[in-house]
Amino acid sequence: MSTTAAHVDDHGHDAPHGFVRRWLYSTNHKDIGTMYIVFGGLGGIVGLLMSIYMRMELQAPGLQYMTDGNVWNVLVTAHGLIMVFFFVMPVVISGFGNWFVPLMIGAPDMAFPRMNNISFWLMPPALLLLVTSMFVEGTGGAPGVGVGWTIYPPLSGGLQTGMAMDLAILSLHLAGASSILGAANFITTIFNMRAPGMTLHKMPLFVWSVLVTAFLLLLAVPVLAGAITMLLTDRNFGTAFFDPAGGGDPVLFLHLFWFFGHPEVYIMILPAFGIVSQIVSTFSRKPVFGYLGMAYAMVAIGFVGFIVWAHHMYTVGLHVDTRAYFTAATMVIAVPTGVKIFSWIATMWGGSIEFRLPLMWALALIILFTIGGVTGVVLANAGIDMTLHNTYFVIGHFHYVLSMGALFGIFAGIYYWFPKMTGYNYSDKLGKLHFWLTFIGVNLTFFPMHFSGLAGMPRRYIDYPDAFEGWNFVSSIGSYVSGIASLVFLFVVWEAFTAKRKAEDNPWGEGADTLEWSVSSPPPFHTFNELPKVN
Amino acid sequence: MSAQDVKHTYHLVEPSPWPAVGAFAALTTAFGAVLYMHEKPFGVVLLIVGFLLVLGTMFFWWRDVVREAEHQNHHSLVVQIGLRYGMMLFISSEVMFFAAFFWAYFDASLYPDGGVWPPEGIKTFDPWDIPLINTLILLTSSCTVTWAHHGIIAGNRDALIKGLTATVVLGAIFTGFQVYEYDHAAFGFTDGIYASTFYMATGFHGFHVLVGTLFLLVCLIRARAGHFKPEQHFGLEAAAWYWHFVDVVWIFLFACIYVWGQ
Repeated sequence: MSTTAAHVDDHGHDAPHGFVRRWLYSTNHKDIGTMYIVFGGLGGIVGLLMSIYMRMELQAPGLQYMTDGNVWNVLVTAHGLIMVFFFVMPVVISGFGNWFVPLMIGAPDMAFPRMNNISFWLMPPALLLLVTSMFVEGTGGAPGVGVGWTIYPPLSGGLQTGMAMDLAILSLHLAGASSILGAANFITTIFNMRAPGMTLHKMPLFVWSVLVTAFLLLLAVPVLAGAITMLLTDRNFGTAFFDPAGGGDPVLFLHLFWFFGHPEVYIMILPAFGIVSQIVSTFSRKPVFGYLGMAYAMVAIGFVGFIVWAHHMYTVGLHVDTRAYFTAATMVIAVPTGVKIFSWIATMWGGSIEFRLPLMWALALIILFTIGGVTGVVLANAGIDMTLHNTYFVIGHFHYVLSMGALFGIFAGIYYWFPKMTGYNYSDKLGKLHFWLTFIGVNLTFFPMHFSGLAGMPRRYIDYPDAFEGWNFVSSIGSYVSGIASLVFLFVVWEAFTAKRKAEDNPWGEGADTLEWSVSSPPPFHTFNELPKVN
Repeated sequence: MSAQDVKHTYHLVEPSPWPAVGAFAALTTAFGAVLYMHEKPFGVVLLIVGFLLVLGTMFFWWRDVVREAEHQNHHSLVVQIGLRYGMMLFISSEVMFFAAFFWAYFDASLYPDGGVWPPEGIKTFDPWDIPLINTLILLTSSCTVTWAHHGIIAGNRDALIKGLTATVVLGAIFTGFQVYEYDHAAFGFTDGIYASTFYMATGFHGFHVLVGTLFLLVCLIRARAGHFKPEQHFGLEAAAWYWHFVDVVWIFLFACIYVWGQ
């Protein structure tokens, strides 16, 4: 997309004075985006520390550090919930989305700036509720909710009488309300506030990805809210939705949860796809190959994502015809996903490629996500899943698509937009160290899990038979490497802010032709007071 | 930033305390609710304080929105279109919220545990009694709200106020009948899966009727204060959309739960 005449205003003098007025009362998409990224970053660190502690425990058979299985179960639950709701979603959708959707479509701000702020400020209370739940009575009378992020009844139901589960449920209610409001805000912004000439079919693919993601959030999250509301009344007010003793059905909860849960995994990966599209195009100095196909592939992934949920539940006793349908429908998703992978490759084909850091993350994502996608096709088959369900093969699979898909997308986005957001250049050398350490670390952690899983190692246990020791040891070493890599990343950020190397408005050259590169780095407090015109 | 620098008609909202206050209110309410449900000290107090804070947030926030619309001319044409999108999207997400409860109802009723629906021992309501009256009340109220809407479009404030008054009264009568029905039900909230699905679906709908009635009541108060213009009255339209949505949900409740499920 070529653009002309973006109004650039270098002074940030119109930012509100005072900490409270600027941040607590914020109605500015860039400030709110920054708050989301910082908040999500903190969430990510907490989630990462939990995972490292869990890997330390699993490094050898027998109990190493934890005193009992409940601690393990609570950490598994918290790690999952925090990574999903308090790391990936805040950073990749709300953080980058807030920062760059208005900039990319040439809008002065989001459609509902005040509502945008409550979307953010509902998140810290949600996290506080979840963290509190770890310290009050929960599963088996011990502290915390050791039920897994899927919070299936009956374990999450009346069996545990403490307050922990209810705190976790209300935490999800708040996070869900935040997501729904944010989704409505993004959709309205994208539909209503595009600059003159910026038609839907000219929008950058990152904006397309946020649009599809927002629709998934808008339609999937309320179903989770309904499900956990019923769980709440089952626990506290004597209803019987999920209680067979009163004629209810625990499997109903699984259906409702995964009707939300499956779109949720696309909610986490689609914005990463959008980021990859921007980066691959920028550093190949070519427009994305098959632009419309790329956009509608995401629409297709989003649509099909709503009708495949029961592939998470093959082992609960579904009718064989039902399983046949969900197997077929699930494998259909590989088609639009394949369109994306091949189009990225075709974009690079014949391009003048520059191997800068953002492209390295994006390429790694393409390769590693494909591995996760292929194991996903394996698991889509109900017959195979009957044996692999709840093994480490599944853990390996979904960490390849999340810990290497969503996470690499986040880092790709950070390294791509860091100069724009902060106005400073990071050190390429340190960034490369961070990249390679992460690349080695996550592969070392998660690839062996496929072997442990195929050998039959079940997930969500604090201990395992001696036979699984080898690969578990390797996984644990990998997780320590990822931990060190994260320290390097924090150092990259600290170093960039200390060295204060001034970034250019467009550090990436002519390949970077979207509107955010037409404003200064960092952009002024209010951008596009005069709307840009897009050819 | 001075106003003449801005060469577009979007609304750049001034910094506002209400979102942060609202989030704090939500936190207080959540903690209060958990403590209340577990019969711990201060639960009820926190719950009430949190709820009042939520109400206060809504009052001040929407007071600001009304001021921006009525007196400060921030709601340009493009801003009004944005508000339309926002309301439509909000209602869409509400539809999916109801979908969860209907899903629970059909899961229980299509594949009933004991082989029959309603379950043995459950004496259901006669749909052609109060539920039919309530259906007629809501359908009538959808007409009266349209009357009000056409009133303001034609610049007829009298029709607007009369139509809104009728709608609010009908909404209140509906809620009254619902309360009467709950009071005379042959089954309690905790009497198994029929009661669970019935009360959750109709109760969640009843809550929406209450919210819709209050929304229309605010519109009525604003109409009497001289708000709304023939060409700009989105607050009223949003209330009307919401009311039609509540109406449609009731039609589904009536058809699926009261008639089909008797």
